[in-house]
Parts: sequence; C-alpha cells; structure tokens
Amino acid sequence: MLKVRLIPCLDVKDGRVVKGVQFVDLVDAGDPVEAAKAYDAAGADELCFLDITASHEARGILLDVVRRTAEACFMPLTVGGGVRNVEDIRNLLLAGADKVSINTSAVKNPDFVREASEKFGNQCIVVAIDAKKVSGEGEPAAWEIFTHGGRNATGINAIAFARQVAELGAGELLVTSMDRDGTKGGYDLALVRAIADAVSVPVIASGGVGNLDHLVDGVEQGHASAVLAASIFHFGTHSIGEAKHYMAGKGLKMRLDEPAQGAAAQTAAMALS
Amino acid sequence: MSVVIIDYGSGNLHSAAKAFERAAREAELDLAVTVSSDPNVVAKADRIVLPGVGAFADCRRGLDSVPGMVEVLQRRVRGEGAPFFGICVGMQLMATRGLEHTTSYGLDWIRGDVKAIAPSEPSLKIPHMGWNTLTLVKPHPLLDGIPTGPDGLHAYFVHSYALTPANPGDVVAATDYGGPVTAIVGRDNLVGAQFHPEKSQALGLKLIANFLRWRP
Repeated sequence: MLKVRLIPCLDVKDGRVVKGVQFVDLVDAGDPVEAAKAYDAAGADELCFLDITASHEARGILLDVVRRTAEACFMPLTVGGGVRNVEDIRNLLLAGADKVSINTSAVKNPDFVREASEKFGNQCIVVAIDAKKVSGEGEPAAWEIFTHGGRNATGINAIAFARQVAELGAGELLVTSMDRDGTKGGYDLALVRAIADAVSVPVIASGGVGNLDHLVDGVEQGHASAVLAASIFHFGTHSIGEAKHYMAGKGLKMRLDEPAQGAAAQTAAMALS
Repeated sequence: MSVVIIDYGSGNLHSAAKAFERAAREAELDLAVTVSSDPNVVAKADRIVLPGVGAFADCRRGLDSVPGMVEVLQRRVRGEGAPFFGICVGMQLMATRGLEHTTSYGLDWIRGDVKAIAPSEPSLKIPHMGWNTLTLVKPHPLLDGIPTGPDGLHAYFVHSYALTPANPGDVVAATDYGGPVTAIVGRDNLVGAQFHPEKSQALGLKLIANFLRWRP
C-alpha cells in the first residue's frame, strides 16, 4: 500500500541553510548537503530545497549543492525557487534533482507548465501554489494566488489555478498557505482539502506546522498525499522518526523501514535520534 | 566487473551511478561503473543498465538516436546473455509496445503493453507517486534478502503507466495501487523495475547489489 510521505524542507540562500538546523554532530549545520544526509539517514521520504537566493546569477552555487546532495542521498529531491525557464529545469535535473518546483513562472504563464511537462515528463514538474484566504466571515471560502513570498496579489483564484495547472501537466501540487506559513498554527486545512479534492494529482500540504498533530490533520482533514514541514525538524523539536511513528500511531500508513546501511548514514542517524 | 549505465539523453544518471558505486562498496564487490552513450563501451560491459524518465515514445526516440545502440543491446543482451537491468521507463522499453499518448514500439523482450494505470478506486491519485511495498509473485535472486509483503521494505515509485506482461510468468513482483501493478519483471538474463532503486534507500541498494551478484 502507498504510504503517506513526510518531507522536510530546507530554505537555502547562496548555498547555505537559512533557518537553523540544530542536529547534534553535524560538522557544518549550515551546509545543506550535511543536513540532507542527516534527513536521508533518518528516513525522510523525500527532501525539498527551496532556493531563496535573490540573484539569478548565483544559480551555480545551488547547482553545486544539488549535485553534492544527489551524490550522497538516495531519496527523491525536489528543488524550487527562481525557476524561470526550461533551461533552469534542465540544469537542475542534470545536477540531480528528481523534481523541480515552479511557482511565479507558472502564475505568469501557465503554459510554461505544459511546456515543462511535455519536455521532462509530468513526474518531475511540481507547481507550488502560494495562497491566501480572501473571503470574509460568513462568505464562501475563497483563496487567491500570491507571489513573491506572499507580497504580490494576483487576483487568481487558487482552486481554479490548481485545476488548470494539473490539466496542463503538473505531476504534483505543493500547496502553501501564506496566512499560516511560519505561524506554527497548522496547515490551512480547508485550502489543502479544497485543492486535493479538485485535482487528480497528488497534493503536498505546506505552511504552518507547529506540532505532530498538524501533520496528521494535513492527511486526514486536508486529504494531502504528503506533508511538508521545516522548522519543527530543523530546530530539533521533533525528529523524522518520531513524527513518522506518531503519524503511524494515529492510523496513517507510514514507511518505517530501517535506514539504509553505511557508516556515514549510521553516524548521521545517531545524531538525529 | 564492469557495469554500464546507458546515457541516451534521458535525465540525470549521476545519482544512479553513485547508487551503483555505493551498493558495490557496501557489498564489497569490485566494480567499475561507467555512464556512457558509446555502443562500444556497452559492447564490452559485463552488465548493462538502461534507465529512463519521461514518456515512453521520447525515450524510444532517444535510444534510436544513438547510432548502433539498439543493435549492440540486442547482441549483448539477447545474443550473448549479458545481465540487463531496466529501470522505470528503461524497464517499460523491454515491452512490445508503449501506449502513452501514441503507440510506439519497445524492444519486445518482455511481450506485453505499457498502459495507463487505472486504479479501481477513483480517489487514488495519478501519478502513483511515493513509497510502496512489493508483493512477491515468483522468487528471483534480485530479491534475495529483501523483505516483501505488507511489512516489507518500500520502493519509490513515480509513474502513470505500467507494463502488463502477456505472460504472467514474467512478473517477479507487483505492488498494490487500487489493484496489482507490475513492479519487477524478469526472465532469463533480463530484469526490470518500475520503481527507482537508486532512490529507494535500503531496498534499492540491496536490489542493486543483488543485480551485481546475479549470475543468470
């Protein structure tokens, strides 16, 4: 049976992890590759890098990080942030990303999703949907797409956009509530559910996880196929293993395999336990 | 021992090469891994791996665009019996036909078609994406020491199409996604995995090591 995926996400800027990663025994906690190895060894189901580097010229640094991560980690890696054209996608895939997440470029030009999925296959094209609730009390719920980290409104209805990009060839949707991101108050479950129920492709819930129940809610109430979180793992509040066992205890189908063998993996696993 | 991972323009093969190197190291096997688009290299390799991502027809076109590649594969694999491992679309290319978007022809080593997966429960998402367990259909050295069944190890799948062999005896393992979906095929010196062993952590590394030790 297919399992629920738990995905830690790392914000990367100029080749360094931005939010803290507090794992004991990491030689360099700011190195995304070190953090990726630790998550790999801990049994993360996938890993996500979000590149928040401001300048497009610094892409080479990200590609090097992706390359070194792909050499060391044998699990799927999604990379997003600043993906503007087919060449950006090609470079990330050639560096070793398994999936590429596109956001602003898909909003500006939905046909880019079609072009990308026709070229590389829909299995590697993730569309990141950043949305804010725009309906008031007592009105039917409505969400709007925002770009640039939630600063720019677009006037585009989030559910309609989700349907559109799924039809254009997105293999997966990463749904982030800009209202909840960073609040630790839990996902916007109504948003995640509205999108998950509207499309036939898998949906990843993102934005706002503060405790392990929020992860469970994302699947049970949000109907997400996968749940993404950042700070609860980076700051050592919870380990990946703890989260997966907790979710399994709540009746979700989780992958609880022993981590892969290997000395480096073992050391990293101990560091996280 | 040498293994060649065939590069025919289908995605990044670096991580596949690294996974083979690590599996060999952990199994203490002496192995040279080469990623190559040169039919002469394929002709000399002891073992051959055909990866593949994207659409069936694109991958077939990619394979055909390397002069002499299909011929050398036919000779080394079908003629001389070199152990062959197809991964994802590389596995699907072993089939007779692919019916993704358009009808195109595979290598016809495993008779059967590659068709859209159609789970019995409409709520199941397509692509079938993520970690799933394997159900053993017939014992095979590729799965030696790998726990299968609902409590077994997991493999990472990402696909919307699957190979259904005409001869059910060619199926080594299936996975469940609203009904059985072919996960591993095998016959003679041929094996193929629908999932990505190079992304499947413990199960993947073990499976690759088994392939490297396999003497069909």
